Amino acid sequence: MNKTVLDLWVGLFVIAGIAALLFLALKVGSMNAVSASNSYEVVARFDNIGGLKPRAPIKSAGVVVGRVGDIRFDNETFEAAVTLRLDNRYAFPKDTSAAIMTSGLLGEQYVGLEAGGDSRMLKNRDQIFITQSAVVLENLIGRFMYGQAQEGAPQ
Amino acid sequence: MPMTCDWKNSVLKRTIENLGNRTIQGVWRIGFAARFFVAVLLHSGTAFRRFGLTIREMYFTGVLSLIIILVSGLFVGMVLGLQGYETLQIYGAEEALGILVALSLVRELGPVVAALLFASRAGSAITAEIGLMKATEQLSAMEMMAVDPIARVVAPRFWAGVISMPLLAALFSAMGIFGGYLVGVQLIGVDEGAFWSQMKSAVDFEQDILNGVIKSMVFGVAITTIALFEGYDAPPTAEGVSGATTRTVVTSSLAVLALDFVLTAFMFRGLN
Repeated sequence: MNKTVLDLWVGLFVIAGIAALLFLALKVGSMNAVSASNSYEVVARFDNIGGLKPRAPIKSAGVVVGRVGDIRFDNETFEAAVTLRLDNRYAFPKDTSAAIMTSGLLGEQYVGLEAGGDSRMLKNRDQIFITQSAVVLENLIGRFMYGQAQEGAPQ
Repeated sequence: MPMTCDWKNSVLKRTIENLGNRTIQGVWRIGFAARFFVAVLLHSGTAFRRFGLTIREMYFTGVLSLIIILVSGLFVGMVLGLQGYETLQIYGAEEALGILVALSLVRELGPVVAALLFASRAGSAITAEIGLMKATEQLSAMEMMAVDPIARVVAPRFWAGVISMPLLAALFSAMGIFGGYLVGVQLIGVDEGAFWSQMKSAVDFEQDILNGVIKSMVFGVAITTIALFEGYDAPPTAEGVSGATTRTVVTSSLAVLALDFVLTAFMFRGLN
């Protein structure tokens, strides 16, 4: 085999391989939109996080504005402390509320932010005080049945 | 004494001896393979100084594997699209087809199936070539001429395999996703925008794609090392070379599957 022909083929092979990698990187995958450098962290405490997982999206008005960082159990307040990593481009008022919601019936859980009316904005390491826990189906059914029993009971 | 006489010829004794012999052989071969691997790494200077040698080997291991890799990738992706659609449509989640095809290809099928094909297409060829070189005493002739066969013959093939493998795996994944797109979007009629955007939001560059590339690099090292070692260690007979070629395919396929399990356990643990 001629040496230049061989070089040409190997060159084409390498270019095709790198093009495939680029295709995977740009078209198929996305760089983790919120990296540590262009985000700020806010802590929110929930009584119950349900099935929320790290890297779950944080949405406000349906738009992804960040990702869940780590989730810890706070042994002093007996609550779950969830670190929310928000994109620097989006600022939220101090009295923003956070709720854990489910997309669709079987969908993944995400954190929904509802902006408040405060003129001061959330900064790095701030805390969100108004939170709403995940809806646990068993509790809901339990409450429903308890209510039914109360209704049926003789006065 | 009848007792000792029985013991000397007993089946039990021979079985135990056989077991011991096999264990010693196995441990000896593993040790020899490890020393061989280190020797290849230490003698890789020539493979980079005279890069033409490595390029030549990349033609044989990489470029000539392209057809089987591309065609298999396309068909694996198309089958994934068909089968995934069958199950997903039960739950009314046809749009998640893109996620299913892309994640299974990028995380697992791309690196693993490409590595299995690479082992049978290029690994067996490497073993046969080196084994035959040894059988026809070309390697000894090189040593006589003060040319180190490890640096001149083995190391370029090693690095060619290690460089080619991630490129082949990426091409396999890209072709597979294209196949899934052809079947899912063009044939069945899943919404094109949802297919790509859901895929994009679910596949992470670092977690999924980069880990897939790391996997395929590890597989490349394992396959080429096993192939080169089997060839170098093959008995210099026609039977020996054929046996070594068979062993290369079997051992490297098993190694790829075992390594894949270990790597997956480390990489994707705790991810949803």
